[in-house]
Amino acid sequence: MSIFNFFRPAAPKPLSSAVHAKERLQIVMAHERAGRDGPDYLPLLQQELLAVIAKYVDVDQNKVEVKLDRGSDYSTLEVNIELPSSKPEPLRPRITGHGALSGRRS
Amino acid sequence: MGQIIVMTSGKGGVGKTTSSAAFATGFALRGHKTVVIDFDVGLRNLDLIMGCERRVVFDFINVINGEARLSQALIKDKRIENLYILPTSQTRDKDALTKDGVEKVMEELRKEFEFIVCDSPAGIEKGALMALYFADQAIIVTNPEVSSVRDSDRVLGMLAARSRRAELGLEPVTEHLLLTRYDPERVVRGEMLNVEDVLDILAIPLLGIIPESQAVLRASNVGVPVILDDVSTAGQAYSDAVGRFLGEKIEHRFIKPQKRGLFAWLRGNSA
Repeated sequence: MSIFNFFRPAAPKPLSSAVHAKERLQIVMAHERAGRDGPDYLPLLQQELLAVIAKYVDVDQNKVEVKLDRGSDYSTLEVNIELPSSKPEPLRPRITGHGALSGRRS
Repeated sequence: MGQIIVMTSGKGGVGKTTSSAAFATGFALRGHKTVVIDFDVGLRNLDLIMGCERRVVFDFINVINGEARLSQALIKDKRIENLYILPTSQTRDKDALTKDGVEKVMEELRKEFEFIVCDSPAGIEKGALMALYFADQAIIVTNPEVSSVRDSDRVLGMLAARSRRAELGLEPVTEHLLLTRYDPERVVRGEMLNVEDVLDILAIPLLGIIPESQAVLRASNVGVPVILDDVSTAGQAYSDAVGRFLGEKIEHRFIKPQKRGLFAWLRGNSA
C-alpha cells in the first residue's frame, strides 16, 4: 500500500480467490483420483443393477443414478433408482439405497 | 550405490531446472559427489542454468547410442568440486531415450556418484517418464496455483504406478514437495493458495518453500545456480531444503511476509 492509497476509502473485501482455488482443486482432484485408483467399475455396476431390477420392475434406464463419494475416512456408494408409479397403488415412493464402502483412498 | 533423484512437476515453467541446478550444487557444496542430468531432449537448458553451455561436446544421447563414453560427456563444474553436468541433445527428440539405454547410463553413474539428479521435462510423456522411471526419490516442484497442483497430482499417480520401483513391487519412490514461487504477501491477502492448502491436497511431506525472488532470474541470466547467491531469500531457502533432504532439522522460513522498513512502505514496494 502506498501513502497515496491511505486516504482512500477501503474497498469492500471480496471473497478470497485462494479459497475458490482450493475448493475447485479438491472437487476436480477427488474425481480424477477416483478414476485413477483401480478399475472404474461404476458403469458396469450400474448396468448389472439395472438388469436385476428390470427383471421385476419396469424401470427407466435414465432414472438410475450411481454415485461414489470418496472421503478421507470412508467412501459412500449411493444408488438412486426411480421406480415408475403404477395406477393401482397411488403412492409408490422412490427407493433410495445407501451403502458405505469401507477403505481409505490411496 | 548412488541415489537417483528426479525433479519433476508435470507442468512447465514451475522451476524444475532451477531447482535441479540448485539441489545438485547444494549436494556438491556439502561434499557429496553429484551429477545432474538433463532429460529434456531437444529443449536443452540445464547447461545454460549451470553456465556450461559453451563446454558441451558430447551429450547424454551420444552416450546412450554408444557414440561417446560417459566420461567424455560429463562436464566438470568449474566452480564447485564434486559437481558434474550431463547435458542432453539439442537436435534429437524424446524417442532417443530408450529404457535400456537410460538404465545402462544410470547403473554406471550409480557406481561413481552419491547423488544423481534427473531434471525432468514438462509433460507426462516419454521424456518425463524416463526421468522418473529409475528414481529412488522424487522432488515434486509445485507452484501455489491450481494447474500446477493438479499436474503434480498426476505425476504422483505416475510415480506410484509406472516407476521402476512400482513395476517391480519394491519400496515406493520417496516423495518430497518443493513449493516454489511462493509469495507470502499474496497469501496473506488471500490471493494465493497457502502452504497448508497445497499440503492438504497433495498429502506428501514438505521439503521446502522457495519464495518468489528476483534472484532466480538474475542467476539464470548469468548461469550461476541461485543457491550460490546466499544473500537472496531463494538461495537461502534452497540451501535449507538441501539440508533437510540430507536429514538435518531446519525450520521452514519465508512463509510469512518479511517486515518492511518505513521507506519501502512509503514507496509501496512489494519486493
